[in-house]
Amino acid sequence: MAKSLSPEARSILNSRVSRRAVLAGAGAVAGAGALAACGSGGSSGAAADAVRWANWTLYLDVDASGKHYPTLEAFTKKTGIKASYFEDINDNDEFFGKVQGQLKLGKDIGYDVMTPTDWMAARFIRLGYTQKFDKASIPNSKNLIPTLQHPSFDPNRESSLPWQGIMAGLGWNTAVNPKGMKTLDDLWTPQNKGKIVVLSEMRDTIGVILMSQGIDVTKVTEAQFMNAVDFLAKKIADGWIRGVKGNEYKEDLISGDATAVIAWSGDLFQLSNENAGKFDFAIPESGGTISADNLLIPSTATAAGKKNAEALINYYYDPAVAAEVAAYVNYVTPVAGAQAEMEKINPKLAKSEYIFPTQATMSRLHIFRALTPTEETTWTEAFQKAAGN
Amino acid sequence: MKMSKSGISSPRTPYLLLLPGIGFLFTFFIWPIANLAQTSTQTPVAGGDTGSYEQTLRWRNYIDAFVENKEQFGRSFLYASLATILALAIAYPLAYAIAFKAGKLKNVLLVLVVAPFFTSFLLRTIAWKQILGEQGFVVPTLRSLHIIAPSTTLTSSAFAVVAGMTYNFLPFMTLPLYASIDRIDPRTLEASGDLYANGFTTFRKVTFPLSLPGVVAGTLLTFIPAAGDYVNAAILGSPETKMIGNVIDSRFFKIVDYPTAAALSFTLMAAILVLVTVYIRKAGTEELV
Repeated sequence: MAKSLSPEARSILNSRVSRRAVLAGAGAVAGAGALAACGSGGSSGAAADAVRWANWTLYLDVDASGKHYPTLEAFTKKTGIKASYFEDINDNDEFFGKVQGQLKLGKDIGYDVMTPTDWMAARFIRLGYTQKFDKASIPNSKNLIPTLQHPSFDPNRESSLPWQGIMAGLGWNTAVNPKGMKTLDDLWTPQNKGKIVVLSEMRDTIGVILMSQGIDVTKVTEAQFMNAVDFLAKKIADGWIRGVKGNEYKEDLISGDATAVIAWSGDLFQLSNENAGKFDFAIPESGGTISADNLLIPSTATAAGKKNAEALINYYYDPAVAAEVAAYVNYVTPVAGAQAEMEKINPKLAKSEYIFPTQATMSRLHIFRALTPTEETTWTEAFQKAAGN
Repeated sequence: MKMSKSGISSPRTPYLLLLPGIGFLFTFFIWPIANLAQTSTQTPVAGGDTGSYEQTLRWRNYIDAFVENKEQFGRSFLYASLATILALAIAYPLAYAIAFKAGKLKNVLLVLVVAPFFTSFLLRTIAWKQILGEQGFVVPTLRSLHIIAPSTTLTSSAFAVVAGMTYNFLPFMTLPLYASIDRIDPRTLEASGDLYANGFTTFRKVTFPLSLPGVVAGTLLTFIPAAGDYVNAAILGSPETKMIGNVIDSRFFKIVDYPTAAALSFTLMAAILVLVTVYIRKAGTEELV
């Protein structure tokens, strides 16, 4: 997510930032690529007893000092594997740009695990930049929740496992919209005119629009997609929508510049907690999107690095550990059994629809289908044009 | 007479001295520009993956890129011109006051002009979002004075983008103006008064012509980066106020369409070059060159 830099820009400010990018929102626009370039990226592979993980910001439980990751340190204590954690992903495209050259040449990219979003994970897998898991080393993968078991880009989860799930739906200011929102049409009411923000993450915004038109996002055609983009462009031209943004929409909600949004669940959950119920979130009756960031092992990881990465993934698929992470990040946990563990840590969170959606909710969430490279270019182009770019 | 072979008279010395500069320019300017030029005429590999392009010398890329984005091109030059004019209107009196009226405070005021640079460009732009936002003082004040309608917002508008650009480039306008106004000999102003010119005539016939090199330098330093700017439009604008910089950013990083992005970059460069050349010719400031 990001921002944004944007762009943003960004995301700009941009793009898949969500709550991970309170700071990265600015970075996205600034061209965080420059910063990322100074990141890790050693030239030789990992040491035999170490694992290097590239993840998004604010996406792992951290202590108050911001320096210690309790679950990660417990992993090292338990297995003896030294884990280095890099908050090096600001934006999917940007991260891809950073590592693709080395992956192409087969040179170590400095990570043994990386965590891109579904569609970008699909690209990595398609290009052969990942390694297949040795499932025997990840016995806990059996805990993966059923909804996420068969994505089109990796039908049998041979080389990817979700890190956290992200729902996209409707968010609103409860003072301005006291009746709440049930459908996408509830956005287009006079009190929200010019104060609506939608996500710059194409698959989420267009996905929600498509579902409101009764279209199955797992099978969407180009004509249907373009039709939804036209719908978005019309709403922008008519002055309903003030911005197509990454995580900056949170600031707009807080300041009152935005009153209704197409947004990510975890963000609204957090905002609502911080602002005494001033905001609320719902999945539209017609359905919302769910996507996930995926743990992948890059093709350049050494045999030892791969083994350690698998041990790490296995560790985080332990329900007790997953519950600890979820209590911090507030996103949909992909690990079955984490809810029971959450009861022990924080009974209130164990009832959260945002972390543990019920079966009824899950049935309304859908994964946007994988796109071919040509589609990826033309569809993104159409979406970006609608957003004024 | 024999020329000494030692020291600076060796014909090779100037070239050796130029070497680091040329090396730097080649590595960080000529080489990337050549690369960009090479990219701008590529087309996608049939059946290739995202981001794979091959050289086919398709010059039409330029026409397509321009035609598709002429709206954003027009907007970029319009916003940059507005910001330049506004910055000039604000900076001229400021530079004049610092040069002639500030007395002992001169250095303090100059430091204050430069002081915003101690904070990041991004933070300053984001601050404008708050100043013009619903919780800032501007919007509620204007609303209570009935200058704007209750439903009107100032953020996500062309107004906010131009305001942000004017603010961000103001020091680039102020400093060259100050440098050239400060050099004006006060005795020329006195002479003008002695010849019965009033204040306005003195300004029109003496002060302004003498400060022209500063005006030209300031407008160039403001207009050129403003035309290529995308941060202000990204943070303070809406989809309806996107500039060409935003398009280039999205072509490079989101759509992964390198040829179009490269063609747009070149077109922007060429357009700025042409405008600037015409401007310098018209302004006729040999002093600058």
